[in-house]
Amino acid sequence: MNSWTPLLVVLVLGIAFGIWYTRSRGEFRRKKTVNGPKLDASIIGVELGSRVTMVQFSSAFCSPCRATKALLEDMVTKMPDVRYAHIDAESHLELVRQLDIRSTPTTLFLNAAGVEVGRAMGTPKRSQVIAAVEAIR
Amino acid sequence: MAVLNQSSVTPKTNLIDARGPRFSAAITTLVLATALVTESATLIAIQLAVFAIGAFAGPAKTPYAFVFKKFVKPRLKGEVVTEDARPPQFAQSVGLIFAVVALAGSLLSIPALFTVAVSFALFAAFLNAAFNFCLGCEIYLLGLRAVKK
Repeated sequence: MNSWTPLLVVLVLGIAFGIWYTRSRGEFRRKKTVNGPKLDASIIGVELGSRVTMVQFSSAFCSPCRATKALLEDMVTKMPDVRYAHIDAESHLELVRQLDIRSTPTTLFLNAAGVEVGRAMGTPKRSQVIAAVEAIR
Repeated sequence: MAVLNQSSVTPKTNLIDARGPRFSAAITTLVLATALVTESATLIAIQLAVFAIGAFAGPAKTPYAFVFKKFVKPRLKGEVVTEDARPPQFAQSVGLIFAVVALAGSLLSIPALFTVAVSFALFAAFLNAAFNFCLGCEIYLLGLRAVKK
């Protein structure tokens, strides 16, 4: 018996999900209320930036994590009030649960106090990072 | 976005041409789609073998990767973007699990199991081929969170 129905269902769902996936990766999503835990150097491994700190969570089976790390590391060299921290999600599962990190790469944007203002999942574009950082005062 | 190189990568990392797994995902999509429509256990058995090679020996060792290296890569222009072999290897392992379930469904005469398992594998392969979907990025951490205390 030949049936095209399952194939059509998979393709339609796949295209819909794929379009959403492509559009949502890298997008900076601001939190409605900034009420998360306060992070500091003892947790993320680097001193907080005077204005913004970007904290990237990565894992082993993640191609875009490498590209994201290279991009953000490069960008902070030109932004003196912004710092970058890189965390291996697998060895920090408690923190991952506390901050509800679900996929990698996820980059948190912390304000000067070390509280999350928003986050981006997937590799952001340079312009998206600039816009996210500019929006945090 | 700027082209990013692998300067920050440790020498231990096994780097492969990132276009290889994407090409393999396109072939996998065709094979799985044909298997789904024709309900062919033979095609699933072949794809299972390919997934097994990819999962255990690495994604650059499969027959699809061989076709890519031999016939596709020489015709491609532009800069070679490399990636860590582990993410596609992880995806091959997940594909292998679904192929085993699908084949079991076929052998045990449970057509619904076959259809569902092939559909999931096809969904992931199609997304990888068409949208550069990274399966490991989305499910590995969720799995760890569920399994590890």
